[in-house]
Amino acid sequence: MALTGLMPDFLVTKLDYVANLVRKHSLWPMPFATACCGIELMATASSRYDIARFGSEAMRFSPRQCDLMIVAGRVVMKMVPVMQRVWLQMPEPKWCISMGACASSGGVFDAYATVQGIDRFLPVDVYVPGCPPRPEQLIRAVLDIQEKVTKTGTIDAREFAARSGYEGPTALAQELAPEEAIVAPGDFRTATRLRVPLN
Amino acid sequence: MPATLATLDAKFPGAFATSAFRDNTRVEVAADKAPAVLFDLLKCLKDDRGFDFLADIAGIDYLNYPNATDRYGVVYALTNLATGERLFVKAFANDPDPALPSAVPLWAGADWMEREVYDMFGVVFDGHPDLRRILMPAEFTAHPLRKDYPLRGLGERHNFPTITRAES
Ligand code: SF4
Repeated sequence: MALTGLMPDFLVTKLDYVANLVRKHSLWPMPFATACCGIELMATASSRYDIARFGSEAMRFSPRQCDLMIVAGRVVMKMVPVMQRVWLQMPEPKWCISMGACASSGGVFDAYATVQGIDRFLPVDVYVPGCPPRPEQLIRAVLDIQEKVTKTGTIDAREFAARSGYEGPTALAQELAPEEAIVAPGDFRTATRLRVPLN
Repeated sequence: MPATLATLDAKFPGAFATSAFRDNTRVEVAADKAPAVLFDLLKCLKDDRGFDFLADIAGIDYLNYPNATDRYGVVYALTNLATGERLFVKAFANDPDPALPSAVPLWAGADWMEREVYDMFGVVFDGHPDLRRILMPAEFTAHPLRKDYPLRGLGERHNFPTITRAES
């Protein structure tokens, strides 16, 4: 063989590097599409935008077969336990994309039932702005996840263990009058569920 | 429509008022009369006047509404499928325990619509077979479409545990 002389007999690399290489090129999205953003998510998987070029075309509707949750759409309070359960059912290592203004911040739906950003309840890796984001933006987000995996990924998921704190917003961007009664985390006067720490 | 109103007038004298908006006729039953009269009135409309289709039930909160005397209004949109006539029956209820008789024995379709009015306004429908919340979670304590409920809620929407990355 002509190549034999050119190829080394063995390679030295890091296990982390190899793991990241294979992980990032086969992200399996879990399409948690709750509203209009889900339509753009479907368009992203279509042949025109073709997320398959980046190895993420295998969408599975079972969380147990996925490692990338894409929350596309507004999430209402009745949906939060479902969303958290889906997230907990996904096997490690896993990542989360918050797609669109609604999933990231509540968007225009500043109403009593709509959660103002899923990052209050879930660890989000990449946010995609837009209402809805274009498919190119979602592809960019997948590329960002790939870059994040390349830069921080470890084969035994040590980087996740370090993220032990709350990652959501600490305060509201805009002060509201008391009668508007928007409540930041920490004030639960009329509790519907008891807030108990998971650990 | 005059025949319908005449029938109602003969059967329930003084129990209701009428009004009209464009081509809609409305029969209004005040809060002090509604618990006793409403069911028989609806039954009369269904059995004697052929209003066989309950198209919708809607709730209204008249808190701070100009010239309103009763707080909660519940609107029954009735249709006579044979003649195409429409009639709106508006019944009122008041705090502290707004209650009206259930229309489920007359129209089975009233089931979920009454549950929705109960969920959003807290009007209890006596005789309803299964009066649970239909849209909000069962643990929800408020009735969100009441006018004295803040637009952004009372914090229920953020009352969930947070999952951090290390523990998930
Ligand atoms: S961000 Fe816009 S497109 Fe996406 S779910 Fe919200 S309203 Fe719909």
